[in-house]
Formats: sequence, C-alpha cells, structure tokens
Amino acid sequence: MSRAMVEAIRTEMAADEEVFVMGEDVADYGGIFDSTQGLLEEFGHDRVMDVPISETGFIGAGVGAAQAGMRPIVELMFADFFGVAMDQIYNGMAKNTYMSGGAVNVPMVLMTAVGGGYNDAAQHSQTLYGTFTHLPGMKVVVPSTAYDAKGLMHGAIRDDDPVVYMFHKRLMGLAWMPAPPGPKTAVPEEEYTIPFGEADVKREGGDVTVVTLGLHVHRALDAAEDLAEDGIDAEVIDLRTLVPLDEETMLDSVEKTGRLVVVDEDYRSFGLTGEIVARAAESNLDALEAVERVAMPDVPIPYARPLEEEVNPDGEDVAAAVRSALE
Amino acid sequence: MFTDMVTARHYEERLQEEYLEGKQPAFDISAGQIPGELHLAAGQEPAAVGVCQHLREDDTVTAPHRPHHVAIAKGVDLDRMTAEIFGRQTGLCKGKGGHMHLFDPDVNFACSGIIAQGCPPAVGAALAAKKRGEDSVAVSYLGEGAISQGGFLESLNLASLHDLPVVFVVEDNDWAISMPKERVTNVSNGAKRAEGFEMPGERVDYNDAVAVYEAADGAIERARAGNGPTLLEVQVHRHMGHFMGDPETYRPDEEVPRLRRMDPIDRLADDLRDAGVSDDELEELRETAESRVEDAIAYAKEQPQPDPEEAYEDAFVNPPGASDAAAADAGGDD
Ligand SMILES: Cc1ncc(C[n+]2csc(CCOP(=O)(O)OP(=O)(O)O)c2C)c(N)n1
Repeated sequence: MSRAMVEAIRTEMAADEEVFVMGEDVADYGGIFDSTQGLLEEFGHDRVMDVPISETGFIGAGVGAAQAGMRPIVELMFADFFGVAMDQIYNGMAKNTYMSGGAVNVPMVLMTAVGGGYNDAAQHSQTLYGTFTHLPGMKVVVPSTAYDAKGLMHGAIRDDDPVVYMFHKRLMGLAWMPAPPGPKTAVPEEEYTIPFGEADVKREGGDVTVVTLGLHVHRALDAAEDLAEDGIDAEVIDLRTLVPLDEETMLDSVEKTGRLVVVDEDYRSFGLTGEIVARAAESNLDALEAVERVAMPDVPIPYARPLEEEVNPDGEDVAAAVRSALE
Repeated sequence: MFTDMVTARHYEERLQEEYLEGKQPAFDISAGQIPGELHLAAGQEPAAVGVCQHLREDDTVTAPHRPHHVAIAKGVDLDRMTAEIFGRQTGLCKGKGGHMHLFDPDVNFACSGIIAQGCPPAVGAALAAKKRGEDSVAVSYLGEGAISQGGFLESLNLASLHDLPVVFVVEDNDWAISMPKERVTNVSNGAKRAEGFEMPGERVDYNDAVAVYEAADGAIERARAGNGPTLLEVQVHRHMGHFMGDPETYRPDEEVPRLRRMDPIDRLADDLRDAGVSDDELEELRETAESRVEDAIAYAKEQPQPDPEEAYEDAFVNPPGASDAAAADAGGDD
C-alpha cells in the first residue's frame, strides 16, 4: 500500500510546485513506514523536508504554509504522538476555516500511522480514529487497499480542506512487518480519485452487515469466508472515509440484513462503534434486529503478546460477533 | 562504573541475540520471543554510569525509549526488567509496559516512548522534593534529537524559575533515527541552550565516562544543595541501528567500525590500568557482570506468560465498579 500512496504524492508534487512533504525521517529514511520512499531522490531536501522532533512546531508550520496557499503533506510518525501537537491540529488546522467564517482555508494533509498487532505497547499501537473524527473540521481518510490508498491520497492533496490520512502499519507492505495479502490490490498507473464519503461494499451478503475500515476490513473478510462455510452470508462494508461518512450505503445494508456488527481497532467507549450504531438507530430503529460491537476494550494497549492478542480484535472475534447477532 | 558499563554492554549484546531468535531468516518485528521495537544503547554507557554513580535510590530518573543502560546504572532490578522485556507475568510491569515503558518505583526509575516526555515529570519529582524539604534530586535523560521538543524547553524554564533540583542529561549520539544532528539544530553545543534559561550548561566530549562522572558530580551536588538545575550534554555513540531491524541506509558505512574503535569501555579499562588495576581484576569484573546478565536472561525465560485476562487489570488502582463487588462480597448493603 505504501507504494500506491507514494505514487500519488509523487504525481501531485510533479504537477504542483506548491505541494511538499515535511516530517521526521521522511527524507533519507523515506518514512519509517515507507510513506515517502524514493521522493527525496526525485525532489530533494527542499521539497521532502526532514524536520526536528518538534511536532507542535512543524505541524503548526504546515497549517501556516497551507493558509499561505501551499499544499503541505505533513507526517506525524505515529498517531499516538498527536498529544504533543494537538493544539495545532485541533485548535488551528481543524478550526481556522470555521472561525474565520470561511475566510481562511487549510489545504493540508496530515498523514499518520495507526494500529497495533506487533507488540509495541501502549504508546505506539493506538488507532485513534475516534479522537480525530470527534473534533470537527478535519476530513478523515482510512485506506484499506493499495487501490484506495492512491485514489484517496490524490483526493486528499487536492482537497482545499485539512485531511487526516490514517494508514495502518500492517497494510503498508514493510520488509519488517509483513502485510496480509488483502491490501495488495492492482493499482492503475494513471491518476484517479476516490470521492470522499463513498463506502465500498467489499463483500455482498444478506444475513448481516459488518461495518469496518482499515486493517479490520481484511479481518472481517476472512471471518466472512469462514462464516460462509456455515451458510452465513455477511456483507462487509469498508467505510474508507469517516468524515464525511457514507451513511447511505451502511443504512441500506442494515435495512436489507437487519443485523449490524461494527468492527473497530480503536477503543470501544465514546468511539466509532457507538457512533455507527447510533446513526443506524436514529435512522431506522425498526430495521435493527441485532447489534454487536467489536473494538478495543477500554484499556491502554498492553505489550506482551497474549495480552495484546486478547484485546486486539481478530477474525474470530468478528465471527463470534456475527454469530451472536444472528442468534 | 566499569562494572555497570560492561553489564550494560553485555546485556545489549545478549538482548540482540535473543531478539533476533525467531525473527530469521525474514525479519518480522512481531515474531520471536521479544516482539515489538528494541532500541539498544551499546556505545552510550558513559552517560548512564557517569551520572547515576552519584545517585541514591530515592533520586528519580526518567529515561527515554533507549533505557537499558540508564536503568542498569540506576539499579533497576535486572531480573524483573528482563522478564518485562520478554513480556512475562513477573516482569516489572506484568508484561504490560515492555522495553520502552519500564517502571521500577523501588529505585524511582521510569522511561517512556514519547520523545522528551520524561522531562516534565522529572521537574515534578524535583518540585516534590523541594516542597517536602528533602535533598533528593531528579535526572532526566533525553537524546539530542529531543532538544527541539517543547516539553524539554518548557521544563528547563520551569526548573530554572523555581531553582529545582533537576539535572537534564542530553545524550548526543549524533542521530535521531535517520536525521543527523546538523539537520535538526544549528546549535552544535547543546549545553549552550542553558544560557537562555539562566542555568549552568556543560558539554562533555569524547564519550568519556570519567569526564561525565566529574561533570555530573558538580551538577548533582549543586541540585542537592538546593542551587537549582543544570543541563549536561554528553557525547556518546550509537553502535547499533535506531531500532533492531533499522536498515540504516542513511548512515555512512565507515561510521560504526570507526565508533567501535573509540569504545568507551576500552577507554575506561585503559584508565583503570593506568591507575593500577590489573587485567585479571578487570576480567573478573567482566565475568561477574556477564554472569549476572546470563542469570537475568535465564530467569526471564523461565517466567510464565501473562494470563490474557490480566489485560483488563491495572487501568486503575481503584477500578470503577470493583468497590461495589467488594462490598457485595463483604455482604454490604446496596
Ligand atoms: C513525540 C515523538 N515524536 C517522534 C517519536 C519517534 N521517535 C522515536 S525515537 C526518535 C529519535 C530520537 O532521537 P534522539 O532523541 O536523538 O534519541 P536516540 O534515538 O538517538 O537515542 C523519534 C523521532 C516519538 N517517539 N515521540
């Protein structure tokens, strides 16, 4: 998936002098998760800028450059590190358009790695979709395949609003962190965009609707294959963007199946799973026969393997939730 | 100091071996008996031992993501630390913290994976000591890559303003992952930053344990006596990649062999020989240190894995709902 992201960034940088990349280890290293691999050779240190470890400074600088009309792509190495810079993110990047009554806009991409499953413990494994989507003013994009990663990145860079682009480490295809086969989809050479707010039905089914995103799309698809052997036909919806959220696809599906399972790698309470269920309930309570949530329990993510495996939802957890929704 | 340095070095070498087991031939960070990232500090020992040699158990140390050498020098329980790194139930943190998040309250040691995060809490520990009229001090370690972080600069200001007994130790190993020092700061002597906060700053070159020891002596003494904070910057060398598995394509090929030729342990051994310590004595210290490390690793491997259910414990010392259950157990009314 990383190559697809980089491909989009490269094309946009070549087309528009105003696009540049800024972040820790984005130049010579090519991004710790390969998100900027090879860009330095083509564009040099002026347009692929390594910055000091000072997230408040450089993310805020991204906001300023964007307001000055440039199109910065700023990398926050791990979403977990947002804490040192959140003021610039949510009081500036996210709010300036609104506070200025639309007089100012912030055409910036904040890209960041999310997710666990490699035992790196509580400060390097969080997914935090809920945190970024809870705060109004930022579009939030979460690709699950190489095809989507490229199309969503083109759209993110061209967007005149701030976009948070959250990619799962496990999907990137890193030499040191093997990816499942799912994200390795074919990627057309030409440019294309995927409109924000269009979920993708990754698998059709009539018995139950599984709504998810990112890495867990692949876990849900695996679970759906297993369930199919028992004659259970699950529909798997990949949200792809959280802000804006494609309610229609989701709600139509729930209307058809009557059963909703939401799978999220973020924390359970006050997060994505609750939000999706609430929207389904608000829109058509009568259509809902059963609801299940699969998410991180409300504890920081532990280090030891048996502990992390316990809390991080896997295919079996998804299958169990589906079965329980069908009971 | 020599013993702690060879302990730390042997520890790092052995951890590297153990870490790679199960990750070969194709490196997979999540495989093997020690999963997750592993940041090793081989080559940086003088910064740890030269400072911690002056510390007592009741002094506080906060270390960053590369913590083992400092933990050893501060006297963290080696067996339980190793069990933690192996993710075992009897580890320092019951397998929840791992190598970047070691807590040993018995010797007031903590570390963290967020850059410069340890600086403000060290200031807090110093503040507590001052408020209580105690003469303990706090030491906060960070890398030269961390000195651009707001939390560090805010800490210097607060510590200076309130004359707090804290020493900031910058381990300058020239690299912040792939970023060489000159790409992240124009101030090559980081100790100069102290001037802007009206506090003393000193830089120690050549990765020299004795020189660090001497510089730290003054700084810790000053803090203990109630005369406020100091910034020490210590030149060290990182022999390994940033983390195990780092391809290090950004680093000149010749650099690591050159750094190894300037090994701080050899240097201290030479100093000790000059002072009349025999080769046999040095060898004996080395052997004792190595067997302590072997014992810790053997201990760790024998420890049980945590029970998955333990994942839900410890988020609070006083978990919501638990008191209701306890009350019910005790036959309390509703
Ligand atoms: C707030 C924050 N930003 C970024 C990182 C990622 N990161 C981990 S270590 C590191 C480099 C640290 O360099 P330095 O402080 O010089 O310490 P060294 O690794 O050289 O010991 C970076 C950027 C982090 N852990 N926390």
